[in-house]
Amino acid sequence: MLNYIIRRVLYVIPIGLGVTVLVFALVHMSPGDPLSAVVPPDAPEEMVQDLRKAYGFDKPLPVQYVTWLGRVLVGDLGVSVARGREVVEELRIAVPNTFILAAGGTLLGFTLGAILGGIAGFFQGRWIDKLATSIAITGVSVPHYWLGLVLVIVFSVEMNVLPSIGMGPGGSTAWEWDAEHMRHLVLPVITLAVIPMGLITRTVRATVAEILNQEFVQALHAKGLFQRQVLVHIVRNAAPTTLAVMGLQLGYLLGGSILVETVFQWPGTGSLLNSAIFERDLPLLQGTILVLAMFFVLLNLIVDILQSAIDPRMSRR
Amino acid sequence: MTTAPALDSKQQAAVDAAQVAVQSRGYWTTVGGRIRDDKVTMVCGFVVLLIVFSAVFADLIALADPYKASMLKRLAEIGAPGYPLGADEMGRDMMTRLLYGGRLSLFMGISPIVIAFVIGGTLGLVAGFLGGRVNMAIMRVMDVFYAFPSVLLAVAISGALGAGIGNAIVSLTLVFIPPITRVTESVTTQVRSLDYVEAARASGARSLTIIRVHILSNVLGPVFIYATSLISVSIILASGLSFLGLGTEPPEPEWGLMLNTLRQSIYVNPWVAALPGVMIFFTSLSFNLLSDGLRSAMDVRL
Repeated sequence: MLNYIIRRVLYVIPIGLGVTVLVFALVHMSPGDPLSAVVPPDAPEEMVQDLRKAYGFDKPLPVQYVTWLGRVLVGDLGVSVARGREVVEELRIAVPNTFILAAGGTLLGFTLGAILGGIAGFFQGRWIDKLATSIAITGVSVPHYWLGLVLVIVFSVEMNVLPSIGMGPGGSTAWEWDAEHMRHLVLPVITLAVIPMGLITRTVRATVAEILNQEFVQALHAKGLFQRQVLVHIVRNAAPTTLAVMGLQLGYLLGGSILVETVFQWPGTGSLLNSAIFERDLPLLQGTILVLAMFFVLLNLIVDILQSAIDPRMSRR
Repeated sequence: MTTAPALDSKQQAAVDAAQVAVQSRGYWTTVGGRIRDDKVTMVCGFVVLLIVFSAVFADLIALADPYKASMLKRLAEIGAPGYPLGADEMGRDMMTRLLYGGRLSLFMGISPIVIAFVIGGTLGLVAGFLGGRVNMAIMRVMDVFYAFPSVLLAVAISGALGAGIGNAIVSLTLVFIPPITRVTESVTTQVRSLDYVEAARASGARSLTIIRVHILSNVLGPVFIYATSLISVSIILASGLSFLGLGTEPPEPEWGLMLNTLRQSIYVNPWVAALPGVMIFFTSLSFNLLSDGLRSAMDVRL
């Protein structure tokens, strides 16, 4: 197993490099002069040339990439053009906010999904299974940004019981564990939870159904164990797959919360991406995408290692 | 080894479907019969047809001009005279715009899957059939794309390229090529090692002939079903990009963009503002159920 873990950890290096190449290429693929955000259109040609040199844009792309990579490796993501602040600083505020949202969504989705999926798996083919499966497929089919909007309409516009936008009172951008911040968390977390709920319901249902059909479960019954004791065995066997799906969902929500953050104007990485795109703030765009993708790579790594620790069969894959 | 997550249930189903090489007439008759017996799938197929039909023939069905604004009718209630589903923030007839909106939303949702099916299918076929270094090269590049959550990748690419329908389609295509390549590669690898392919090779068939005659016919079906299961996500993402202001640009009618512009009006006329999302939801749900039905009809293990 140690062997597997070492190989798996080492494999992060080429993938991480690939990710940096892709992120760099993306930003340099974007049309227009990368200087256009900083330089007024009527600037003298001489000044443009100087700036080009100062930013290093006059060098060939591979050289620019290596220079950029060198800075990234020491934690320097550059300065946001539109905000005039270090990209790292911006991320230090935004990432925790997104994380709270994503973690809340994953937890809620996981809890609901595990319950629904477990029930559906145990009572396969019965009406309660059909109900749970329908909820699951609705969860994966609903455009979650629209669901967010509908929740705002119901709970903020019509009933006026929950706040519709922001993270806390007075446009707060720093999370605090108080009632007011929690109230702001309710709607976005529910919105984010639907997709993981649907996916985890399906996974758990399929896993439980598969385990129930295996001989060892029948053997446990034959041995005279109570239903509850059998359940323990089933949970233990279903855990690795379910945890893997949950871990990946956390990653998807971290990187994919931009739509929900836009609906609720949540001050996280999604909002950063949004303003970076529309203000053509390339360093901010590059830095945010890179950090989110790296989180996802690391999360994948952790999930794989945890899974191989729980289930030794995995490491032989 | 790969950093990509293990095949999910849908992907695994596609691979399993190819395990048994059954392309006889009897198989397709069984599949057809199963689909006819499956009420949910039949209804969803009908709904999908209805949505596609009403989008294609929007100009024949719609009562009004989708671009004609009217200051007086701004945000008219649902059921207002002449405006069965109300009017948007510019006073344009909602029902007309929802009908026309289907054109762009469906086009932007489905075409990335079609293109990704062709490109990803080819890549996966080549990787699976040739194996070795070619396989390594193709699949490792896919792993890099897998390092991005799909929404992030779509937003990153279309954000970098800028708003526009073409750019949104390019970005979604790039999102869906890796999963399709992966499934095709797994299926091809599996089919390649089947006895009858070995037999064909032993009897001197050329590689191209083997791919065309023996492999393609067994790979296409499962990969096609897998690709259809991605349409729902693709439609949600495509409208999501427009919702962010990245895909379609005003004044084009498109469900995601309509949702975006109407968002400002939720305090005035909330339920009209929610309508475009209902269309996205029903379309994506129908595609999802239809693809689920197709998959279980084609599942030979049942």
